[in-house]
Amino acid sequence: MPAFYRYPLPNGRGSDFLDVASPRRGFSLSYILNTHADQEAMLHTIGARSVEDLFKNIPDGLRLKRPLRVPPALTEIELQQHIGELCKRNQSADDAVCFLGGGSYDHFIPAVVDVVAARSEYYTAYTPYQAEASQGSLQAFFEYQTLIAQLTGMEVANASLYEGGSAVAESVLMALAIHPDRSRVLVAESVHPEYRRTLGTYLANLPVQIVTLSTPEGFLDPDELRKSVNDNTLCVIVQHPNFFGALEEVEAIGKLCHEKGGLFVVSFDPISLGLLKRPGQYGADIAVAEGQCLGNPMVYGGPYLGIMACRQEFVRKMPGRLVGQTVDRNGKRCWVLTLQTREQHIRREKATSNICTNQGLFALRAAAYLAALGPNGLRETAELCLRKAHYLSGLLKVIPGISLRFDRPFFKEFTVQVPGDVSAWLERLLKAGYHAGLELGRWYPSLHDCITIAVTEKRTRQELDGLASAFHAEIKGM
Amino acid sequence: MQSNQSTELLFELSHAGRRCHRLPACDVPVGDAKTLLPAEELSDAPPLPEVAESDLIRHFVNLSKRNMSIDTNFYPLGSCTMKYNPKRHERLAALPGMANIHPLQTDASSQGMLYMLWEMQNILAEIAGLDAVSLQPAAGAQGELTALLVAAAYFRDRKEPRKRVLIPDSAHGTNPASASIAGFEAVAIKSDARGLVDMDDLKAKLDDNTAAFMITNPNTLGLFDHQIADITKLVHAQGALVYLDGANMNAILGVTRPGDFGVDMMHYNVHKTFTGPHGAGGPGSGPIAVRTHLAPFLPAPQVAKHGDQFHLDYDRPKSIGRVRSFFGNVGILLRGYCYIRTLGPAGLREVTDNAVLNANYLLARLKGAFEVPHGDRCMHEFVASAWGLKREKQISAMDIAKRLLDFGYHAPTVYFPLVVREAMMIEPTETESKETLDAFADTMMKIRDEDADFLHHAPHTLSISRPDEIKAAKEPILRWTP
Repeated sequence: MPAFYRYPLPNGRGSDFLDVASPRRGFSLSYILNTHADQEAMLHTIGARSVEDLFKNIPDGLRLKRPLRVPPALTEIELQQHIGELCKRNQSADDAVCFLGGGSYDHFIPAVVDVVAARSEYYTAYTPYQAEASQGSLQAFFEYQTLIAQLTGMEVANASLYEGGSAVAESVLMALAIHPDRSRVLVAESVHPEYRRTLGTYLANLPVQIVTLSTPEGFLDPDELRKSVNDNTLCVIVQHPNFFGALEEVEAIGKLCHEKGGLFVVSFDPISLGLLKRPGQYGADIAVAEGQCLGNPMVYGGPYLGIMACRQEFVRKMPGRLVGQTVDRNGKRCWVLTLQTREQHIRREKATSNICTNQGLFALRAAAYLAALGPNGLRETAELCLRKAHYLSGLLKVIPGISLRFDRPFFKEFTVQVPGDVSAWLERLLKAGYHAGLELGRWYPSLHDCITIAVTEKRTRQELDGLASAFHAEIKGM
Repeated sequence: MQSNQSTELLFELSHAGRRCHRLPACDVPVGDAKTLLPAEELSDAPPLPEVAESDLIRHFVNLSKRNMSIDTNFYPLGSCTMKYNPKRHERLAALPGMANIHPLQTDASSQGMLYMLWEMQNILAEIAGLDAVSLQPAAGAQGELTALLVAAAYFRDRKEPRKRVLIPDSAHGTNPASASIAGFEAVAIKSDARGLVDMDDLKAKLDDNTAAFMITNPNTLGLFDHQIADITKLVHAQGALVYLDGANMNAILGVTRPGDFGVDMMHYNVHKTFTGPHGAGGPGSGPIAVRTHLAPFLPAPQVAKHGDQFHLDYDRPKSIGRVRSFFGNVGILLRGYCYIRTLGPAGLREVTDNAVLNANYLLARLKGAFEVPHGDRCMHEFVASAWGLKREKQISAMDIAKRLLDFGYHAPTVYFPLVVREAMMIEPTETESKETLDAFADTMMKIRDEDADFLHHAPHTLSISRPDEIKAAKEPILRWTP
């Protein structure tokens, strides 16, 4: 048993905790202000003999007659030591150079983003139901909505969804509310496999069919789409750049989709919009994204930020909170939650979505990030990703035995084919100091010999050369 | 103290040529974008604002001062459990060994993270009195949806297509909304005069087409429904499942467990019960716990343990799939883990004891001055009504809510639950002192006696008052335009 375990591990669920817990029982660490004397005075006012008396509505037969079997209490010093020891068992992006992507990226987070989000006036507030007491959050979310609209070239954005995968699912629920008479959902196989799995799960019991369009060449061939799209097509979903890193033929796809009256849904990479055409410029009806890259840490997958933007005409079918500008009783400009009749707390079972709590703090972080970068910073960030990814791909593809899997333009991620067992490759490359890439065979059995590599603006030439040398050494050792 | 730089929008502060973040020069010998990508793929940079670092900080810091928050104000927003958010959690969650872990890196390189998550699975199962946990859902509402999808898969597997979900009329709006998306028909069950489930209505509507009964217990009136054992027996007799909306878990930690009172599936709100924090409207985290017979249908992956090594188990053939990408809202789960580890078993029980004590004390202080339609005892929260005041003096729950802001208190939840007219739902939490509760009660009493017309125009001391919400909805302005 490694030394970092501070208390006995249970054999099976929850056992053995209790004895370890007992030495600290009664020692309050629970952020409670009531002293014994306060409690006595309060009970007197209530007219109860004891705190226990307050629970008499809970029948005795349903009561737990023992303490919870949870681990013993720790002081702040002990807790920090414990978490510190857990950290040592993780190899973070600071310990091994991170070339992992697939929706979560090791982009740089400017200090101002952390400073803004650390204001506890934001992070210890909740949903801004009382507008007068929440103008700070409301204005920040209005700014976020505007920044996302500017970024995407779309007319309107909401105040956030959970993350990129459920944002795709929500976009289809929204499409269904717009076109309840249509039922075919066409999704390219090059869309993030976890987003597609999420979509399938959300729609499992609703009257729609999901048709997955194969992408053997690493992108959705418009001819493939032409064969499947018809008058019953609810929407066409592509990711641009896609899960393999490649660009899709978004203009042609959007055109084919619109010819049949379907909605064009695009999942985009926010950083790529420093360079690439914006969804609003190529005809997207609903644009969604994973917003982790906009100033949010990777933290093993969440919390992240679900971005959603759409055409103005669809706004009343949009899920999630929306902040609108208005005036107060003295005519002063201010902000409120608006169009709430779409939402679950008013519409209940007829709501467009069940979302309530969203990702407010991460929308704030994204707003601070986009403001910190500005147009030139975003452009330069995107350009550094693009150029460094192309530099690395150039180094790798000349190594005998390694090739680029797809002949497509790409942005910051690309897919290489390697000889031999990919998981063994990745294990050895990690030993050499690199989280080298994603093993595509996990999701695409036919691409079992492929690795997708992501390059952010943080990667230095030395790190890129280092990874290429490590690949080279592996090939030589084979 | 006044600041004249708090209300301009970022876009109005923008000044061409200003910059906050600067990037290093490109250090690789590769041509620029025009040489790497086809011209038709490229666009000019998006028209974002241009601000300097000091502009940005002054803007967002001044804006933050226009919020009420737990760190600055008593925030008795019912149903939301606005308890203190310990600062150690923020420090620990920001450690690079936690914050800079990629979700798709190997299990071997994430053992500390997987250990913590595995522990949370066990701890949340124990607190629920249930057998298996999925940490994947991003918030309570997504937890509800996930559990209902699990229920649908369970009945499909049993070849019993059941189409209805029964939901008390006092429930959160997310319950019926989640049921619809999961493909069920949501059927409302009445509350009786005591605010509890109307057993006759439940019996009348419960049948073998019922997949689940969703109950919030303690309910949104702050009452523990003591009929729960009978309810679960009735529901189980029809082969249906009992779902618990765990929004109110702060009232029962270590006192009773949902599994012990017959619940088959539930969600937690980690940002509420285990002090998230709430982040101005999220992120939350909404894990679900279920009984053994439902476990095969939980989302993948789960954290599993083999020897002393942890791994992500994707081999779950009956799983509903997944409700989001990656593992879950790990940053919030980590804070919840830190909280539970700080409290231990005795501390968790103290939380509930004092949450319930504080709520009952505030109820006792207020009940002479305000109607409390559902009795003089409560769990962690209670619902008072301004209906009498409204009839007598035209003072509404909204008037009281707005006037409280003048005195530096965040308002309670108002006009919810829908079963109480002019509802004011008050949840003080355990992290408030008797002095704070006394001062709040005194203020409520004072407001009650104020002039109605004065109250209609409250708040009087904040930077804005009574925004025109009808105008906002009729002529929506959802973004700044030049």
